[in-house]
Amino acid sequence: MAETLMTLAVSLILLGNLFSIVRLVKGPTPIDRVIAIDVMTVTSISIIVLLAHFGGRFIYVDVAIVYGLLSFLGVLAVARYSEKGF
Amino acid sequence: MQDLLHVLGALITLAGSAFLLLGGYGVLRMPDCYNRLQAGTKASTLGTILALIGIGLFHPSWFGKLLILAFFVMLTSPIAAHALARAAHASKVPLSERTVVDKLAEREAP
Repeated sequence: MAETLMTLAVSLILLGNLFSIVRLVKGPTPIDRVIAIDVMTVTSISIIVLLAHFGGRFIYVDVAIVYGLLSFLGVLAVARYSEKGF
Repeated sequence: MQDLLHVLGALITLAGSAFLLLGGYGVLRMPDCYNRLQAGTKASTLGTILALIGIGLFHPSWFGKLLILAFFVMLTSPIAAHALARAAHASKVPLSERTVVDKLAEREAP
């Protein structure tokens, strides 16, 4: 019961990620593409933690923390650059 | 008791994944850049926090680090969205034609 619901949750998250990928390919301006990447990375944190649950490995949670930190820094760098340059 | 906790955690995770799905759909569907930013950021922040809490109910020994991760997402996601909105406004991305008011342009006009 519980594992079936978790599998359903992973498939819903992957479907949402697919919508973001469509916006990443279509997006008319560069800011739209960065928004799509931002949403995809915040979504991928949940996917990584769900993979940690399925595999039963605690170390993947640390991977999710580092991934979130790097994606935040990347998005912030792109935003500051396109606002007024470094 | 253990099974009840597992089913409760799975239901909370499922609610969070529904919010993540709606966030992705909002990014695809909304008319301009700022609406996309708002839909994606709010829904994905709430969905991530719900999913992390749900998995924390599965594994009680992981709960501390998952709570730190949820706090981190709650702290950084609005900052990234704010910086992106300022960047979009500064690089003159056009607003949707149904926009009513633009306070930042009014304030920056002399």
